[in-house]
Amino acid sequence: MSLKLKKGVNKQSAYNLRDPNLDYEAAHTLSIIVDNESGVLARVIGLFSGRGYNIDSLTVAEVDPDGQRSRITIVTTGTPKVINQIKAQLNRMVPVHEVIDLTIKGKAVQRELAIFKVVANGNQRVESLRLADVFRAKVVDSTLKSFTFELTGTSDKIDAFAELMAPLGLKEMARTGIVALLRGDNSS
Amino acid sequence: MTQANKITGAEIVIKALIDQGVDTVFGYPGGAILPIYDELFQQKKIKHILVRHEQAATHAAEGYARSTGKIGVVFVTSGPGATNSVTGLTDALMDSVPIVVISGQVPTFMIGNDAFQEADTVGITRPCTKHNWLVKDTNKLAETIHKAFEVAGTGRPGPVLVDVPKDVQFASGCYTKKNEIKKNFIKKDPSIDLNMLDEAISRLELAERPIIYSGGGVINSGRSAVNSLRNLVAGTNFPITSTLMGLGCYPASGKNWLGMLGMHGTYEANMSMHDCDFMLCIGARFDDRITGRIDAFSPNSYKVHLDIDPSSINKNITVDAPLIGDVSQILSVLLARWKERGSKVNEKKLSAWWKSINNWKGVQSLGYENSSSVIKPQYAVQRLEELTKSYNRFVSTEVGQHQMWAAQFMGFEEPNRWMTSGGLGTMGYGFPASIGIQIAHPTSLVINVAGEASWLMNMQELGTAVQYQLPVKQFILNNERLGMVRQWQELLHGERYSHSWSDALPDFVKLAEAYGIKGIRCEDPAMLDDNIREMIDYPGPVLFDCLVEKHENCFPMIPSGKAHNEMILGEQTEENSISDDGAVLV
Repeated sequence: MSLKLKKGVNKQSAYNLRDPNLDYEAAHTLSIIVDNESGVLARVIGLFSGRGYNIDSLTVAEVDPDGQRSRITIVTTGTPKVINQIKAQLNRMVPVHEVIDLTIKGKAVQRELAIFKVVANGNQRVESLRLADVFRAKVVDSTLKSFTFELTGTSDKIDAFAELMAPLGLKEMARTGIVALLRGDNSS
Repeated sequence: MTQANKITGAEIVIKALIDQGVDTVFGYPGGAILPIYDELFQQKKIKHILVRHEQAATHAAEGYARSTGKIGVVFVTSGPGATNSVTGLTDALMDSVPIVVISGQVPTFMIGNDAFQEADTVGITRPCTKHNWLVKDTNKLAETIHKAFEVAGTGRPGPVLVDVPKDVQFASGCYTKKNEIKKNFIKKDPSIDLNMLDEAISRLELAERPIIYSGGGVINSGRSAVNSLRNLVAGTNFPITSTLMGLGCYPASGKNWLGMLGMHGTYEANMSMHDCDFMLCIGARFDDRITGRIDAFSPNSYKVHLDIDPSSINKNITVDAPLIGDVSQILSVLLARWKERGSKVNEKKLSAWWKSINNWKGVQSLGYENSSSVIKPQYAVQRLEELTKSYNRFVSTEVGQHQMWAAQFMGFEEPNRWMTSGGLGTMGYGFPASIGIQIAHPTSLVINVAGEASWLMNMQELGTAVQYQLPVKQFILNNERLGMVRQWQELLHGERYSHSWSDALPDFVKLAEAYGIKGIRCEDPAMLDDNIREMIDYPGPVLFDCLVEKHENCFPMIPSGKAHNEMILGEQTEENSISDDGAVLV
């Protein structure tokens, strides 16, 4: 890099004062309140794909039937600059009412729900049930050869359970992606 | 509501437009929008301009909007009508031009059926509009159209589209008046951050090497923003430059004017941007054509950024003092507070700064070698400027070298006089835009400075110009090349001129005559003035074929991947060749 700075330059430049941590990518959980109208999810997703932002997880459902509002929870990864861009771009959209960055705003409860189908016999079958108990997973369906577990928790917990079930006959799984709310009595 | 109060969807559309004060619509009919055209036929308040291609309708609406400050309106049919409007919508989105496109759609019960002339219009236009709507209920039609106008015109302006299925146009519904709609969907302008503003003012007062970098946002913000900007420049004696979009917000004859900045901006403007210690960016967005190499952009300046769109802040360049809001409001508060504090500037340092700037001006970066045997394109634009600047004049351009020469050599004293495709760089923009401008300003001199390649992209609009007797002057700098592409191939791609010549060009004079308008060909520099006068004096449309030097390059130029202080000034000084990294940039 050759900036060709001249003698006696003013060192108050934005570059000299740049926070070296600015380029670190971090995951942010964004909670987006939108009008529940046709195409709104496509708009939000189109913004992410069109501008090259990441989506690590996405959930959406109507949360206020009277006001016809939905909450979209997106986990995205980026540098602080990119995260700020994402929030500004989301806020520009007409059906978007509020964008809350739960990662910045305060402590948040983040949960995911997953369903696992484990097909096994003998010891493995018993072991899967024992581990499910440790993880407080519920058995929601069963055959003589299989269990279907329901598990709620952080994404880490679900990852860990999936890893344990893999050698015990995990056939398939489905997970919802993250939903999240701020802790405390403030609404976000 | 009784049945008697109900009117058809098509009537609602026309009524809503009249309610919005619309007097002109650009459009093209087709099956799915016929009910609306039927209503159009039975009223006298709205004038419809029949274009020859839907893309031209959107550009004409842009020209109309940008030259008047009003909202441009377009009618297109479903399917191909809607897809043809996509380029214009994207152009308007990039340049923040308020237009409302109303598109016909197949009946609701046919949607998704691959019906004749069906396209997923709201899906296709979602990323190229500020917002769009598919209206499935006639009762919501009026409200949606009023909302569309609000969204297009407020905040950072932009294009919107309302897709109206044919059965919704036929069905009866209730009309909602403009002032009856809830405006809760409009984003409120944030209040001005006064602490940040005061910090910026104290920096302004101490600035040793200040520059004002203004953009299209000043023009969009309106007359009071333009006046405040001019007062600020006059009060501070700061130098001012502008983006391509902002030309005219400060008069080109003003003593503080440095000319346009950026890739083909003047040496003094770019050097001032690079060496300044205080940058006041007003309604511009640090576009890559402006900044050059990002990490070498104005490395030692305190940057203040006024913008109505929070997403423009810190997008390309990290600034020190972002001020979000309407430019006219922030500028008036800024001026008032600065005056309250005694209207101070660092006068001593400022005069030294002007000395350096005047030295840079001495480089005369827009200089070129003239010729007595062949018309240099710069000379042609210079003469056009000289002979037309005293007129009540509007100028549009196509995209390419001629556009940059027009920006460099034409002077704009007032805003809304210069219409060009900046962000999207749409070849074919200028001719239809000139039609929209002429419709809005029937007695003004409207000139489209064009290149032959761009102009041919929407040449079908000759029909529109003739039908409505629009005396638009098409001033074509004909180098029989795609000039800017050729220039890049010369500088970047080993002089391999891959497909950058215009083969099989028409005889433009005969083409004009085929449409019954006037054609002028000029290839002699000595005849140029007379021919331009002939063009101006002719009462109808003119196609001016100006045969210019074929291999002229547009200088000065900041090559891709280079900084503001690494400009190429002309053919002789190309020691600053473009690096491999730069070559991959556009």
